[in-house]
Amino acid sequence: MTTEFWNGNRAAAEAARQARVQVVAAYPITPQTHTVEYLSEYVAAGRLDARLVRVESEHSALSACCGASAVGARTFTASCSQGLQLMSEVLYFASGMRFPIVMAIANRTLSVPVSIWADHQDTLVNRDCGWIQLYAASVQEVYDLVLMAFRTAEDPRVHLPAMVAYDGFILSHASEPVEALPDEEIRALLPPEPPHLRPLLDPNDPKQFGEVLFPDFYPDIEYKKHRALEESLEVMGEAFEDFHSRTGRRLSPVETHGCEDAEIVLVGLGSMMQTARHAATRLRAEGTKVGVAQVRVYRPFPDRDLVEAVGGARTVLVLDRDIGYGSAGMVYPDVTRALYHAPSRPDVLNFIVGTGGKDITPKTIERCVELGRHGYRGMSVFWPDARGPAEGIAYTPGVKA
Amino acid sequence: MTVRLKDLPTEELLHKGNLACAGCPEMVGFRHVLRALGPETIVINATGCLAVITQMGVPKVPHFHVLFENAPAVVSGIDDALRVQGRREGVNLLVVAGDGGTADIGLGSLSGAIERGQDFVYVCFDNEMYMNTGGQRSGTTPYLARTTTTPVGAESRGEPRTEMRRKDMVEIAVAHGIPYAASASIGYPLDLVERVEKAARVRGPTYIHVHSPCPTGWGMDPAKTVEAAQLAVKTGCVVLYEVEDGKRRITRGVARRAPVEEYLRLQSRFRHVVADPVALAEVQRGVDERYAALLARMA
Ligand SMILES: Cc1ncc(C[n+]2csc(CCOP(=O)(O)OP(=O)(O)O)c2C)c(N)n1
Ligand code: SF4
Ligand SMILES: [Mg+2]
Repeated sequence: MTTEFWNGNRAAAEAARQARVQVVAAYPITPQTHTVEYLSEYVAAGRLDARLVRVESEHSALSACCGASAVGARTFTASCSQGLQLMSEVLYFASGMRFPIVMAIANRTLSVPVSIWADHQDTLVNRDCGWIQLYAASVQEVYDLVLMAFRTAEDPRVHLPAMVAYDGFILSHASEPVEALPDEEIRALLPPEPPHLRPLLDPNDPKQFGEVLFPDFYPDIEYKKHRALEESLEVMGEAFEDFHSRTGRRLSPVETHGCEDAEIVLVGLGSMMQTARHAATRLRAEGTKVGVAQVRVYRPFPDRDLVEAVGGARTVLVLDRDIGYGSAGMVYPDVTRALYHAPSRPDVLNFIVGTGGKDITPKTIERCVELGRHGYRGMSVFWPDARGPAEGIAYTPGVKA
Repeated sequence: MTVRLKDLPTEELLHKGNLACAGCPEMVGFRHVLRALGPETIVINATGCLAVITQMGVPKVPHFHVLFENAPAVVSGIDDALRVQGRREGVNLLVVAGDGGTADIGLGSLSGAIERGQDFVYVCFDNEMYMNTGGQRSGTTPYLARTTTTPVGAESRGEPRTEMRRKDMVEIAVAHGIPYAASASIGYPLDLVERVEKAARVRGPTYIHVHSPCPTGWGMDPAKTVEAAQLAVKTGCVVLYEVEDGKRRITRGVARRAPVEEYLRLQSRFRHVVADPVALAEVQRGVDERYAALLARMA
């Protein structure tokens, strides 16, 4: 293992290179652009034997990956924000066709107003398109999760595409030390050299794909796709184990810090959970028992791991770096659903933080904990960042207890 | 080399039966295109009538129905993947799409694939409207044609966009510096086969625009599909030509063009035009103008 000093985009590109991707198709968009530029450099320098499809749009980027995947190639793309939205139609096509495409996403909010900064709006609105969704909290995780994404997506029990999301600029552009694996190790970690996947489109075995399915059979296919995504959690668990034995790094669907005896548990995705850890440590020193549960695997949603992580905590604070307009943050409903049947059934409050790149500082987290300490009191969705009514915090009234 | 009847490839690459309307031009055209390309072909099919009607009448080659506008991007990925795996040799990649999928929603994707120089044969079956959704106008709908979105009424005479501004896909492809582009018609199958065979021999992107009169959309007797296709050529509404490395050549000339009325008469979508001498003259003028402009480019 070597220690490198990489930013998130570089880490994603290096992982894709080491995974020996064969076809890369992507379109520039800040803050993802460098990922494709790095890959272009690797190909130009002969470090990667792949073809770059220099497409004219993100819609075509993902479509080209679908084509390559249909003849058994390992494919990679990267995008975010407006680009990911432009792909939306093809996201469903890719998962419906069960193409194990891997996509890196440097999270960025959606226009308008225009902003190039991070929040999770772009990936969360696409949470239900049948892709595996992984969220990294550090550059190391970006690297690790891209590898895990290839391994899980291509597993014959899964055969679904996977997204690895990491916060734009905060992770995509900031450099951190990364423990990189040697190529041989990665060869052992991932499925064999493509095309180990049977090509769908083969003149020697002609078949028809992408066709109409009548209502009588539609639910069966939907159920199979859903189950495959759910079961990918177990497959990923095996991959995490193998990864641990080779690297000593332990990955889990939900990463916990100080949850064992916590009264309040913070739940959320991405780099803000590092900040949450930092704040939790401080709060603990002051006597408040705060734990942190970082949801690393968001699709499939790890219900059981989350319930375990929360344990007997009285209050759960869901930090959403996004907003499901007219409802709540988008992670919130998943958490409440999982905890509804939990033995302790804690109060679950929602905090909309860091949208459009607003800094999430330890103070932000402390503010959430402060508000959370007072309990539910008829309010469920808080906006500690926004300039709102009366006491300076905007809130959406929840259902009265 | 001119293709004669006895040279026609005989291997049928479509299973029998299909879901098309009686007299469907796309099924006729597709059958010939497949025969010309042979069994070592992978078909990428954009959404449209053809994708639906081949649910039965399934091709005997790999057939992939993709989205409405992304077939050129999908074929790009296939082209590059086969190349990097050393399996590209000897396989024809065929894209089939309608005029809507080609001239409208998929134009950007097609433009990108041609510009990148991907190796594929693109065949557009132009029935001059969106038929899979029931007959709305498209970028290739002729001037004054009635469609469901360009109805005829007190304030409207059908498609308002003039003939000169109707999207010309062959010329759009040529503007990309495409190595080979041609127009063809389901009314002239030998010519169509020849164009497709030629395209298949070219390395790089090729484009063939196949005029496909649709009895259902045009309000025609299904027995008249071929007659209408031939009349379109004889009246100069459709010009059959090919463009090789920028050089244009008429592949099937017309000595004396027949009046457009002979062609329009077969189609109820032009009933209001045929009944109105002023409108008819306008349509004739539009066709004349477009024909003259194209011929001027031949020189
Ligand atoms: C993105 C998207 N928009 C709209 C549609 C609906 N749609 C399906 S086929 C079609 C029209 C097809 O017209 P054309 O390409 O001319 O083919 P034809 O059916 O006439 O052969 C439309 C509008 C779709 N499938 N996808
Ligand atoms: S509507 Fe026209 S193109 Fe479509 S199946 Fe019927 S005849 Fe063929
Ligand atoms: Mg059409």
